Amino acid sequence: MSDTTVSRRRAMALAGAGVAGIAGAAAVGSAVARQGAGASERLAAGAVSFYGRSQAGIVTPAQDRLHFVAFDVVTKDRNALIRMLKAWTAAAARMTAGHDAGAVGATAGIPEAPPDDTGEAIGLPPSGLTLTVGFGSTLFRDAAGRDRFGIAARKPAALVDLPTFQGDLINPSISGGDIVVQACANDPQVAVHAIRNLARIGMGVVSVRWSQLGFGRTSSTTKDQATPRNLFGFKDGTANLKAEETDLLRQWLWVAAGDGPEWMTGGSYMVTRKIRMLIETWDRTSLGEQEAIIGRTKGEGAALGRDKEFDEPDLAKLGPDGEPAIAKTAHVRLAHPTVNGGARLLRRGYNFVDGSDGLGRLNAGLFFIAYQRDPRSQFIPIQTRLSRNDDMNEYIRHVSSGIFACPPGVTGSDDFWGSGLFA
Amino acid sequence: MRTIRILALLAAGSLGGTLAACGGDDAKSGSAAAGAGGPIAVKATDTSCEVAQNALNAGTHVFAITNSGAKVTEFYVYAAGDRVVGEVENITPGLSRELRVELPAGSYQTACKPGMIGDGIRSGLTVSGSSPALTEDALLAQATSSYTRYITSQTEALVQKTGDFVAAVKAGDVAKAKELFPVARTYYERIEPVAEIFGDLDPKIDGREDGATAELPFTGFHRLEKDLWVSGDVSKSGPIADQLLTDVKEMVTKAKAEKLSPLQLANGAKELLDEVANSKITGEEDRYSHTDLWDFAANVDGSRAAVAALRPALEKRDPDLVKQIDAGFQGVETELGKYRVEDGWKLHNQLTEAQLKGLTDVINALAEPISQIAGAIAQK
Repeated sequence: MSDTTVSRRRAMALAGAGVAGIAGAAAVGSAVARQGAGASERLAAGAVSFYGRSQAGIVTPAQDRLHFVAFDVVTKDRNALIRMLKAWTAAAARMTAGHDAGAVGATAGIPEAPPDDTGEAIGLPPSGLTLTVGFGSTLFRDAAGRDRFGIAARKPAALVDLPTFQGDLINPSISGGDIVVQACANDPQVAVHAIRNLARIGMGVVSVRWSQLGFGRTSSTTKDQATPRNLFGFKDGTANLKAEETDLLRQWLWVAAGDGPEWMTGGSYMVTRKIRMLIETWDRTSLGEQEAIIGRTKGEGAALGRDKEFDEPDLAKLGPDGEPAIAKTAHVRLAHPTVNGGARLLRRGYNFVDGSDGLGRLNAGLFFIAYQRDPRSQFIPIQTRLSRNDDMNEYIRHVSSGIFACPPGVTGSDDFWGSGLFA
Repeated sequence: MRTIRILALLAAGSLGGTLAACGGDDAKSGSAAAGAGGPIAVKATDTSCEVAQNALNAGTHVFAITNSGAKVTEFYVYAAGDRVVGEVENITPGLSRELRVELPAGSYQTACKPGMIGDGIRSGLTVSGSSPALTEDALLAQATSSYTRYITSQTEALVQKTGDFVAAVKAGDVAKAKELFPVARTYYERIEPVAEIFGDLDPKIDGREDGATAELPFTGFHRLEKDLWVSGDVSKSGPIADQLLTDVKEMVTKAKAEKLSPLQLANGAKELLDEVANSKITGEEDRYSHTDLWDFAANVDGSRAAVAALRPALEKRDPDLVKQIDAGFQGVETELGKYRVEDGWKLHNQLTEAQLKGLTDVINALAEPISQIAGAIAQK
């Protein structure tokens, strides 16, 4: 392994743990109170409002489960695409409220017709489902350079192609996409149901390019959520942007008026990276080395040289050996805002295990998702630094990549995803 | 070959009444000239198809077709979407046949098909004037007779081509048998949902090795396919070949007597596309010969024929759905057309994953609206 030139990444560890689902369930909006359910369970089962200035699923308290899907648009018909976005929006509003995807429902239709909902979520509560849509640069101009939908001029400058970072092993077939949907819920079946029904509604207009399931959140997006752990066993998301930090969110998360095209105001840019972890070799690394690589203790999650998880890392502090307590190549240092011009991200990643590979190794890692106001001054410089220097790179491989413009929220039942872009 | 027979279930099911109405006798090859101005002469040769009139008044007309060519021919009258309004087949050289057909006002096409293959030699036919508008029930009833004509034409070609294929196998002519295999199957695949109604006949004719049981051993087209492509030895295949022809003939006899309800047509159109998605795109169907795209095209043809039969009724009930379906068929045709090679198709194992994905996308785009037909037909 020793291959220190390969991937230097940052994202993952940083923070947090928290065995999802217990205290971590946290507030999920209006509760569908079921008799006998405890408060956290009630909240985890409740509905998150679909409508709003910004899309749900970004600062919404991170749910436990993910189904993420990327689509290619297979039509050249702009009106067909708009029709589908409207149909998606209507279905998303219904499903996030705990209803069936179609107006008729899974079992209320005539027996001769296929149901307009697939049925696997019958009886399940809304489960905090959020559906968040993003547009890739290929929607604006496809790989052949064509402006299929007359929107190339509306492409935001911030929606750049990510550079090839040092050590990247990107598989194009599980990267990119014209349109993506992030489905997060506290019940995996609810998330899968949502994506399945959207894919069905989109047939003939979009085609699934790739999709990813995630089973455990690796970040907290609110202060009352416990920090969860990633598959390295470390807390992930301690230093994440949190919903309560409204000033920081304004500065680092939400696209402001004047940042770019008006249709993105109130939106955010999403970067996805599928990061395979080399689990078996990590597991035989000594505790001391693991902690040195991350720059935090494994148990408490405190920055090295500090006591508590949320104690601010002291990057100048020296250890007993006279070397920095947090090494120059430690993940926490390289990802820290102070070495990145203050840049912050709102991370929303999930652990994944896609079974095992042909060598008997766990095919596992982190599906990294980060939201930000401008990737050119946030994700890209941060990842450039990590990819070159992070000691963690020995144990990770970036295998997929994506960057998407997530438009602002849907304001009401007469509005739809991307209405500003297609106005 | 599949397991669930929706058609069969529906055939025995509860959707009788107006939906299953089968009236409207197709009245082909009638002998009496009941049309306004006497029979319309059609002179068919191997290269031409001269129809004496290209403008008619609405009503019942009789076409008198004379084949002076050297090939067996067929004569069709098509309405929009290639819906067969009237059809007379197997007009051998030197023979004259008549076709009686009721034509409401509209635009039609006539076609002779020398050699009984392809789109035929076409001409426009305009029918004007008024004829009483048909009720929806009558339109649905017409769908049944229209589709019955399709079954008749396909089954005759099926028997003929299966006979040629079987003869080649028995003569030990491996090259010729390989050439005829996908051609004969085309006629079977077009009408497979009908064939599947008749119990064990479909598995005997079209079963695959993995589906064989003690009661229904591996026989039929795919057994011969394996002999032809894997061992190349058909010296012992004679009995299997004979049985295939016997089974095909039995199926054809039964199919001709079958009247399908509009709902069965709708489900058949969908099932044919499910066949494409589940076993042709995957290469499961013709795993030894890799001629899956022949079957793919045939399934789509069959689906189109079933939809075309329903089209007049569907246009009244859900014109938007008809538009979606038309666009869907167009999409499939364009995508599939990329893999045309002369009179045939590329082999499945010559296609890349990305090309197969492209085919999957267009089938999905077509199958979703087609899956809505049954509901549109059933809903009052």
